[in-house]
Amino acid sequence: MTEPMRIRAQAQGDKTTVRVLVSHEMESGQRKDAAGKTVPAWFIQNISATHNGKTVMSAQWGPAVSKNPFMQFSFKGGKAGDKVAVSWADNKGDKRTDEAVIS
Amino acid sequence: MERRHFLATSSGATALALAASAGLAPAHAQTAPVWSKAAFDSKTLAEAAKALGATGAPVESKDLILQAPEIAENGSVVRVGAQSKIAGTTQLALVVEKNPNALAALFDIPEGTDPNVSTNLKMGQSSNVYALAKVGDKFFYAVKEVKVTLGGCGG
Repeated sequence: MTEPMRIRAQAQGDKTTVRVLVSHEMESGQRKDAAGKTVPAWFIQNISATHNGKTVMSAQWGPAVSKNPFMQFSFKGGKAGDKVAVSWADNKGDKRTDEAVIS
Repeated sequence: MERRHFLATSSGATALALAASAGLAPAHAQTAPVWSKAAFDSKTLAEAAKALGATGAPVESKDLILQAPEIAENGSVVRVGAQSKIAGTTQLALVVEKNPNALAALFDIPEGTDPNVSTNLKMGQSSNVYALAKVGDKFFYAVKEVKVTLGGCGG
């Protein structure tokens, strides 16, 4: 069970800025462990955000996105009290969705 | 028996494809999201752009702003941002030229979302970092050289 994402969504005027910090190894598949074996790639492939059922961001990530990845974006609309949901799926089939309230 | 055989063969798949184009199957199925393997396997900016649909070479644009540090102390975590001032930007991509795979991240910009994204990337070594913006069927880029003191792909 992965740790929850930290999502901060703030509305300023008609724009909402979302900052997400995801808890994930994002193993690039390039690293070797102490025994010299390559650690298999394990990374988030898709991550998306919705507001009131509408997708406001969707991204595809490769193994070059850092461990415990950060993402920031902003969209029009959204007011304090609304919810933003962020979902990700990784190359092993794990998924996670977390929600935050726009402040 | 016949129906099963029909569905099992490629003609069954063709029928499904025809049905999809006729609008009978959902255009954007609620199944697994797309991950552009070809794009993420690309080794150069040109390959990545081509995999994303570019027909010609991307054009440099001053209206595409790439935020990246001059020097990254730690190649495992380099904050990179792309902001496009070009109207109609539908996609932003971040490319690290000297990484084992050049394309690092790809952001779709739906209507109503700012074409302004930032994230943390791993850089194996000092390299040019590119932002690619897709506007209609044209591609634009901005580039910045980022020096890395401690590489972040394999340690």
